[in-house]
Amino acid sequence: MTAAAALPPRDLPGLDPSWSRIVDVPGVGIDAGQTRQWHCLDTADALARAGVPVTSGGLAGTILAVHGNPTWSYLWRSIAAESVRAAAAGEPAWRVVAVDQLEMGYSERTAVHRTLPQRVADLEAFTEALAADGTGLEGPVVTLGHDWGGVISLGWALDHAGRPDAQLAAVALLNTAVHHPAGVPIPSPLRLAGARGVLAASTVATPAFLDTTLALASPPLAPRVRAAYRAPYASADRRRGIGAFVADIPVDAEHESFAELTRIADGVAALEVPALLLWGPNDPVFGDRYLDDLVDRLPHADVHRFEGASHLIAEDRPYASAVLDWLGARLSPVSQASQDEQPAPPVEERAPQAHASRNQAAPDAPDAPDASAPFRPLWHNLDARAGDPATAVIDMTRDRRVSWRQLEAQTRRIAAGLAAMGVARGDRVSLLMQPGPTLTAVLYACLRIGAVVVVADAGLGIKGLTRAVRGTWPDVVIGERLGLTAARTLGWPGIRISAERLPRAAALALGVTTSLHDLAETGAAAELPAEPGPDDDAAILFTSGSTGPAKGVVYTHRQLSALRDVLGAHLEITADTGLVTGFAPFALLGPALGTRSVTPVMDVSAPRTLTATAVAAAVDASDAAIVFLSPAAILNVVDTADALGPAERAALARVRTFLSTGAPISEAMLTAVGELMPNATPHTPYGMTECLLVTDVTLSGIRDAAAAPDTGVCVGTPIEGNTVLVSALDADGVATGEPSAAPGVLGEIVISAPHLKAHYDRLHLTDVAATRDTPSALVEERAAQPHASRDHSPTAQRWHRTGDLGHLDVEGRLWIEGRTQHVIVTAEGPLAPVGPEQDVERADAVRRAAVVGVGPHGLKQAVAVVETVPAATASGLASPEVTAAVRAATAQPLAAVLAVPQLPTDVRHNSKIDRSRLAVWAERALAGSRVGRP
Amino acid sequence: MIVLVTGASGFLGRAVAAELVAAGHEVRTLQRRPSRVAGVTDVLGSITDPARVALAIAGDSSGSAEAVVHLAAKVSLARDPDDFRRVNVEGTRTMLDAAEQAGVSRFVQVSSPSVAHTGSSLAGVGAEPASPEHARGDYARTKAEAELLALARDSAAMRVLAVRPHIVWGPGDTQLIERIVERARRGRVPLLSGGRALIDTTYVDNAASAIVAALHRADAAHGKAYVVTNGEPRPVADLLAGICLAAGVRPPHLSVPAALGRAAGSLVERIWALPGVAARAGGDEPPMTRFLAEQLSTAHWFDQRETRAALDWAPTVSIDEGLRRLAAHYTPPSAR
Repeated sequence: MTAAAALPPRDLPGLDPSWSRIVDVPGVGIDAGQTRQWHCLDTADALARAGVPVTSGGLAGTILAVHGNPTWSYLWRSIAAESVRAAAAGEPAWRVVAVDQLEMGYSERTAVHRTLPQRVADLEAFTEALAADGTGLEGPVVTLGHDWGGVISLGWALDHAGRPDAQLAAVALLNTAVHHPAGVPIPSPLRLAGARGVLAASTVATPAFLDTTLALASPPLAPRVRAAYRAPYASADRRRGIGAFVADIPVDAEHESFAELTRIADGVAALEVPALLLWGPNDPVFGDRYLDDLVDRLPHADVHRFEGASHLIAEDRPYASAVLDWLGARLSPVSQASQDEQPAPPVEERAPQAHASRNQAAPDAPDAPDASAPFRPLWHNLDARAGDPATAVIDMTRDRRVSWRQLEAQTRRIAAGLAAMGVARGDRVSLLMQPGPTLTAVLYACLRIGAVVVVADAGLGIKGLTRAVRGTWPDVVIGERLGLTAARTLGWPGIRISAERLPRAAALALGVTTSLHDLAETGAAAELPAEPGPDDDAAILFTSGSTGPAKGVVYTHRQLSALRDVLGAHLEITADTGLVTGFAPFALLGPALGTRSVTPVMDVSAPRTLTATAVAAAVDASDAAIVFLSPAAILNVVDTADALGPAERAALARVRTFLSTGAPISEAMLTAVGELMPNATPHTPYGMTECLLVTDVTLSGIRDAAAAPDTGVCVGTPIEGNTVLVSALDADGVATGEPSAAPGVLGEIVISAPHLKAHYDRLHLTDVAATRDTPSALVEERAAQPHASRDHSPTAQRWHRTGDLGHLDVEGRLWIEGRTQHVIVTAEGPLAPVGPEQDVERADAVRRAAVVGVGPHGLKQAVAVVETVPAATASGLASPEVTAAVRAATAQPLAAVLAVPQLPTDVRHNSKIDRSRLAVWAERALAGSRVGRP
Repeated sequence: MIVLVTGASGFLGRAVAAELVAAGHEVRTLQRRPSRVAGVTDVLGSITDPARVALAIAGDSSGSAEAVVHLAAKVSLARDPDDFRRVNVEGTRTMLDAAEQAGVSRFVQVSSPSVAHTGSSLAGVGAEPASPEHARGDYARTKAEAELLALARDSAAMRVLAVRPHIVWGPGDTQLIERIVERARRGRVPLLSGGRALIDTTYVDNAASAIVAALHRADAAHGKAYVVTNGEPRPVADLLAGICLAAGVRPPHLSVPAALGRAAGSLVERIWALPGVAARAGGDEPPMTRFLAEQLSTAHWFDQRETRAALDWAPTVSIDEGLRRLAAHYTPPSAR
């Protein structure tokens, strides 16, 4: 059955009827000689009404948006609305043209069977028809596609990429796929829908496929929005296009659309225009596998995975502002205006640079301090001590000692073995192993061949770990039995390599391809590949996830080497020093520093299992002068100090430097651990996964700071080579101030360091937020201009907004006062929680305190939530006595004092109090609602 | 300025009258009993009596009142509903009519935040419009009607504004403080939801100064209602404990789940309404009404920014200072 195109009903939520138009399009291919009617959304008139001239001079360009199956142009209503609003507000004006593909939405039903090449040709015919009637796509064109609309939009883009008019300016994609690897079954929902019989029933006869797709929205669609999506597909006749689309999925090479899909997949890799990939990773069809494939083809793309979002990402997340902001940053008006005078469009000009590195959020410039120094790779010292029989790594848990000679040889063999099996530069390798000599060898082997090491520790929990592994989509997983079992049962991606030799049956059951042992054997006879470059990606470390889902942090080789050099210089580490490390990232740096390293007996994923005796034994075994411990480990070490004998105490007395790494710890705790190591200088540096060492302070430094009038936790002064600035909070509690070193200003801490991360992994929007209004963002803007100087000036540092709140004092010391999202905006202005928390913790009855806000933003009331001594047995108001003592301890007015048995903390550190969660709890409790424990 | 204050024998009315005298105004009062405020001229009578009201406004030799501060109201929590309407609604209408006729230029209607409180939890809200349909209980309902009535009379000739002080307390308060203390002595103050609900209160001096500020700022701030509080919300249990400690009695500790408290309050209220029950039980009010239960179990605290800006006013006595003054009030002179 056929039907003409029509206009949508006028009352669909969010859809302005004035955007809709019907376009007569002379048919091509199987439609040759006929005219087809298309319905599309076109914001040209809306822009004209808003006073924006819809000509090439007045427009920034046109966004050509293509929906997938089974949606229609309604999918793009928010970018239509948002772009018109932005243009009316004086921002760059983008016209949006969003088609309903033939057989879909309100476009014509032709009863003609359309294959992928036909659909790509149809879209071309549509834009030609617009040009013919004088409403052609003006200015630079950005294609935007979702689902199979992504493939079709890319088909159009490829056809225009090489054209002399160079109209194609950028491509943007939401969950889609251009390639399906041979040998991997297609996603089950599609397999099911495509099966004979099921196909017709689920896609056409009933609205099941349509409804299933709409149900993927997370949070669920409002009933009226769901009805709007269903509106053009009310009958089986009108749904025929949905079934035809599913039938057109090229499941194998025999399929009639396979060749076109292959052409597009191959062609995409040659696209040099800026690309944006916005992804909902919970999509049961277009999962991370397809994102990873697209990233391989478009290595210069800006990628953002919206954790928790699914297939209908256009409904789930604010994609419209993300696309428009990105266009603003990538295609600046300056470059647009000068387009006519340039021999080649500026986007082309930028492309080679963009292509050369994934590092988009921050310029890939070498840092000024390093620019002159020769680059030494992380394995430099390992190579240098290749023949040395002295001990390099000691694993106390497994009682293993490995010499430099053994370590270097094993690293070289594994590296060559990995390369021989095809692991190449840029491939991602996930390591699911306990620290020790084997992990050390594998880590350096991966780095040596340019593979990108993914380090996500078990502290994230199985859910967090799964998210991390799926999000990075590793090519290879190397793990011990436990990790491999998880990988197998949870369906983690990647070729699996076992760390130990497994019986054949077990290897088969775990889907293991080979073992490290076999790999090393192969590698013994193989050649090492060329070394990676200093600006190639080296590693992805995961944040703790204490503030939302864990984020992957990408480091280049140069940045890791810088970390080694900063650490070595700051702590004066030489070959004789020796390190005891109970903290994962630092545990692996020993060989890089050229000194022996020891992991004490402990479960690294549970730092609280470390005892004083175990630390003493590790020190004794290695004669180490430096001990690194995490705050949670320190707590237990101090608690178990009574078990130490005289010999063990003597060993600890030989330590000269002690570091708490992970989170700042209190003076009392540092003093207690200092008593265990009487000759050591205790340090408690401040850092984060994004920059492991920012500032440092010693115990005596903390004691000096105690006399200062400042509030917060003093974390000392920036380590040599680092810069720390503060972006002041405004009255609304937002860090909008220009980063400055002025003392006494409360704001977000902004840092720069040679060993600062490159960027986040597949979190473009997070990168933009983390570099917002920093000097590096300015460098980016400059770089986006035509003829921007490629040699970055010495000021071209990378910067990072830490999300930490604090201030600098007159002596240049940094004081931490909480997290930016924990700012309490009261009627009197923004309040940082840590200062009053410290006051409150001085009350005798208080063990630990958190200060949070209740009430509406701008009118918050500060409330103290405390753990008491003795501990409260139930949660509720503190006793009148405790309340009075707490109020007396601080000048900050407190609306209420609540007592809880235990404050909620994040799993990994067991020290960072989850103030956001507490605030929600306190709000409910003080509203009089029934509440349990926070 | 010649100012007529109604209800000046009450706890807040007395404070307002004294504050006006201190500010240099000529103060006349209207209520059934002597106000016992120094420096004022009492006119005894009811606001429901148009003749007495006209007389109070017209005055004698000194001249007609230029401003009215209308506090007189029926406040008891559970008595005859018709009483509430007669005094709170009709009495206010009588006051407004008489004031308009006499050419009064400023009229301050003293109202209550309960006129806009529907029983749900309020956190940091401003002065919502009075709503007789949704207000809980006869007092709040009739006060809501009265406020709407008053604000509707706002005109160029007579500037009307409403001030809603929230839970006024202080030394000498028989409405709230004495009852709490009395019940605490008898162990009859249950804490609903553990007394966690955050509520705003107003120390009496602050309420009085806010009302006087409203009178002074009537030209700029007229036509609206303003919630007035100390701006220091506290959990109910904190406040009760503070009051009890100040009065030297043991603070309440028995906790009752809020829903149970509300249900019990509602039931008690109905039984109390049966003829003779109240009298047999000693003539007091029911130990807890549903209204009171809601007041004590849900958060209600307010955004004071607009009030403070419009009235150019800020509280001068903090809750802690207020409690100190309360303690001094309860301490026998010999022990001071």
